[in-house]
Amino acid sequence: MQEIDLLIIGGGPAGLAAAVAAKEQGINNILILERESRLGGILNQCIHNGFGLHIFKEELTGPEYAHRFVQRIESLNIAYKTSTMVIDMNKDRQVTAVNKRDGVFTIKAKAIVLAMGCRERPRGALNIPGARCAGILTAGTAQRFVNMEGMLPGKNIVILGSGDIGLIMARRMTLEGARVLAVVELLPYSAGLTRNLVQCLDDFNIPLLLSHTVTKIIGKDRVEGVYIAPVDNNRKPLQDHEIYIACDTLLLSVGLLPENELSKRAGIKLSPLTGGAEVNQDRETNIEGIFSCGNVLHVHDLVDHVTEEGYIAGEAAAKFLRNPVRSAAQVPVKASKSVRYVVPQFINTQDMNRSLDLSFRVTDMYIDQYVSVYFDTIRVFHQKRKILTPGEMQKVKIPMDTLQNCSKYNEASILVEEE
Amino acid sequence: MEHRKLVCICCPMGCTLDIALNGIEILGITGHNCSKGKIYGEKECTAPVRTLTTTIETVNGCSKRIPVKTELDIPKEKLFDCVKELKNIQVTAPIHIGDVILKNIADTGVNIVATAECESANE
Amino acid sequence: MYDVIIIGAGVIGTSIARELSRYDLKLCVLEKEIDIAMGTTKANSAIVHAGFDAKPGTLKAKLNATGNSMFDQLAREIDFHFKRNGSLVLCFDEKGLNQLRLLLKQGAQNGVPGLALLDRAAVLNMEPNLSDHVEAALYAPTGGIVCPFEMAIGLAENAFQNGAAFFFENKVLDIKKSSFAYEVITDKNTYISKMVINAAGVHADEINNLVSSHKLHLIPRRGEYCVFDKDVGSFVQHTIFQLPTKLGKGVLVTPTVDGNLLIGPNASDIVDKEDTSTTRFGLEEILCKAGLSVKQIPTHAIISSYAGLRAHPAEDDFIIGEVSGAKGFINVAGIESPGLSCAPSIGVMVASMVVETLTPAKNRHFNPIRKGVPHFHEMCIEDRQSLIARNSLYGNIVCRCETVSEGEIMSAIHRPLGATTLDGIKRRTRAGSGRCQGGFCMTRVLEILSRELRIEPTEVTKYGRCSKLLLGKNKEDL
Repeated sequence: MQEIDLLIIGGGPAGLAAAVAAKEQGINNILILERESRLGGILNQCIHNGFGLHIFKEELTGPEYAHRFVQRIESLNIAYKTSTMVIDMNKDRQVTAVNKRDGVFTIKAKAIVLAMGCRERPRGALNIPGARCAGILTAGTAQRFVNMEGMLPGKNIVILGSGDIGLIMARRMTLEGARVLAVVELLPYSAGLTRNLVQCLDDFNIPLLLSHTVTKIIGKDRVEGVYIAPVDNNRKPLQDHEIYIACDTLLLSVGLLPENELSKRAGIKLSPLTGGAEVNQDRETNIEGIFSCGNVLHVHDLVDHVTEEGYIAGEAAAKFLRNPVRSAAQVPVKASKSVRYVVPQFINTQDMNRSLDLSFRVTDMYIDQYVSVYFDTIRVFHQKRKILTPGEMQKVKIPMDTLQNCSKYNEASILVEEE
Repeated sequence: MEHRKLVCICCPMGCTLDIALNGIEILGITGHNCSKGKIYGEKECTAPVRTLTTTIETVNGCSKRIPVKTELDIPKEKLFDCVKELKNIQVTAPIHIGDVILKNIADTGVNIVATAECESANE
Repeated sequence: MYDVIIIGAGVIGTSIARELSRYDLKLCVLEKEIDIAMGTTKANSAIVHAGFDAKPGTLKAKLNATGNSMFDQLAREIDFHFKRNGSLVLCFDEKGLNQLRLLLKQGAQNGVPGLALLDRAAVLNMEPNLSDHVEAALYAPTGGIVCPFEMAIGLAENAFQNGAAFFFENKVLDIKKSSFAYEVITDKNTYISKMVINAAGVHADEINNLVSSHKLHLIPRRGEYCVFDKDVGSFVQHTIFQLPTKLGKGVLVTPTVDGNLLIGPNASDIVDKEDTSTTRFGLEEILCKAGLSVKQIPTHAIISSYAGLRAHPAEDDFIIGEVSGAKGFINVAGIESPGLSCAPSIGVMVASMVVETLTPAKNRHFNPIRKGVPHFHEMCIEDRQSLIARNSLYGNIVCRCETVSEGEIMSAIHRPLGATTLDGIKRRTRAGSGRCQGGFCMTRVLEILSRELRIEPTEVTKYGRCSKLLLGKNKEDL
């Protein structure tokens, strides 16, 4: 069995950042395992730009952003295997992987960084009734067909879901000669960036139907049309107001799910709020020496934040390798009023020599309200935010001096309040 | 005189700008909360620009497609002209980020450059 | 000229074909779709019933318990998954308990072994996730679960390897009878045969009516199902039934032989024999009714839903026999539940009818053993290693959710009666059946099909006919 100091599962932006950070902290025996034929993860198929505004102060396309990190990996001489699928992991940090060249092999790692990213929620999980013919696929799969294969999965398209992936694909399909007939969104607002609403929908006169959903798919061998209906305040379709849109394709952009199947096998405790592991500020999970970062931990909007989180996990893994001892004292962080989830879910109080970043999402849109952090009933952080939306992950930085003595508290909570 | 309403994309505020125009002459802008918004509103009404990103077929490459972009902004109304001009273009590997694939796309003065690496299939 | 033509390559047609291939007969199977098991066989409850449900004296009753008992050997020979997980029929009150007692008696009459009535404590001990309102249950240890299309594909391949011919995309349009043979006319060709076996599923009445003056009428009865993630696959261990009604066995909750949880079916009689769409009402109905049997159905874990049609005959029993006035034309029609359970015994029964008429010699080269596509995800590490050493493509995992390798997909394509569609790959390898429902592997499987079948990517279909997955190349319409 091969022994590795730091094993990184996933060679996308999260895994690459973790590898670079760990190497720069002096860890040499690193191995990245990546299932695609090249490093870069999902960025390789995200050919649009908008990446890197924070990290590089430049606007890059996905592949360009990935390339910056791949170059670092090469120049730092960090080992990686591509076209390699990890198929098992246990709590003793033994990982089993398989590829054509090495066959099935097991690695015993002193530390692991989980960076497996997400999968898309399929039609079946929404239980949309109707036909199960050709022409029903998720936006990411369509993106792969269009951007990597040069093929059109459809020509007259309805898109369900107005998150950024759905909006990006609306533009993509249009610029390849297809017609996007409508983008249908269940909520009364789009969770996508305003810039995407303008440049992906308005630019091409693609209608956005808010507070609507797809109620039935019609087609024998291939999609022939979909029924759309407005929804009520409980997001239930009003069947009497259904309209039919003839089309040949339904693209679904209805949610990303952190891909934690391996984590489950190893007994990693997952949060039902994020779908990812429960971690402390070092992104360490309930299993010592196993860290998690990027979309597999919680779904991000900006790859720049994924990179920052990868750095945290990589540095923490390096620190763990130098000194494999973890404090038992952890203060839980709760997402309270108006906050859907917060990462990290625990504060490791042993090492409070720096500030603490909390990443969170709100449940609804809030204007001119305050983000507050409490330790038990004591408010330790209070900051006005002009605008808070669920589609945009928020961050607060709790200064170091506020954190001294926080171990004496039972719990921290983060919430949005009016004053 | 006409009034155009558009949503500013410079930051998540998404201010609704109201631009008074006489043809392509800006008479006034309201609704912005910062100078960036004013600049964006003016540009968007007189000479809106975009970046085009798309993919092109490769020849003898490790990947079938190479992603490309316009090196600079191009006039928004030229987007489809650009895409059409790229329709039958093929690029032979190896290709490096920044390689100029096509000069002066659709008479915009802007080049099309590669945004990913593509090794030769022979390696 | 053929000795026997079988119309329909579902589990019944392929079971008959396999039995007939034990003899020296010139045999062919005509199937209107592009692949095996594309009708009722691919969309049902996948249960091998114990046999207590059928009315004594009916064909259903005579064939069920026998068919059930044949599954162990058949699964070994044909290499398909089969598990005897046992069935529980629940009752919630005294009246129901009386009905269970009747079923117990009926089961004994039908030759069903091991039946027992269990009290509330015993049932809840067996299945903690059952509803607290359960009063008692009938336990049938011989009840089992199977993958019906895996079984049919296995039977077909074995029949083929023993000499049977298969013609796909051949829809029977007409049958002409002469004094010595039948002329079966499809949309592709004409086939002459001494005997014809009508195993055409929901279309068996139409086929019968081409030849017989005694017209049959089959009602397509639609059943909808929800499939759940393997994470909740042990929500129940046994197949959980409610008391049967006039419309059928009711909504059941069961593990599948692959480790998912399955709920369904409802029963709605429709007109369109090609309509396998699910409905909002139907999906709500099955989840609601299943909720009577079990506590808190894990609806967050639904990964897919489907609907299938079964051929319901007015007679309420299988229609198996030679058509009067049409010697050599055998109907195997109205094969609704427990059709799957009876497939082995129907195969034997119909084969014996043919043998009696044609008195063929035995096929000296008959080999009962068929090996299916290897399943990487089930293998131990040593077997995986030797598989990859023989063929490195088994080391390239294509379907992440079900851990299916490129080697398996290649086997599925290149084996006899191999897959030519995306769904054909799915049914032979499970690629695309997992929790992401093909989100990850669809592009890869399509590429492999295009490469191996030497067809353009735009020609690859989901399940034949006009179900193309890709409609063109980038920019082609600009």
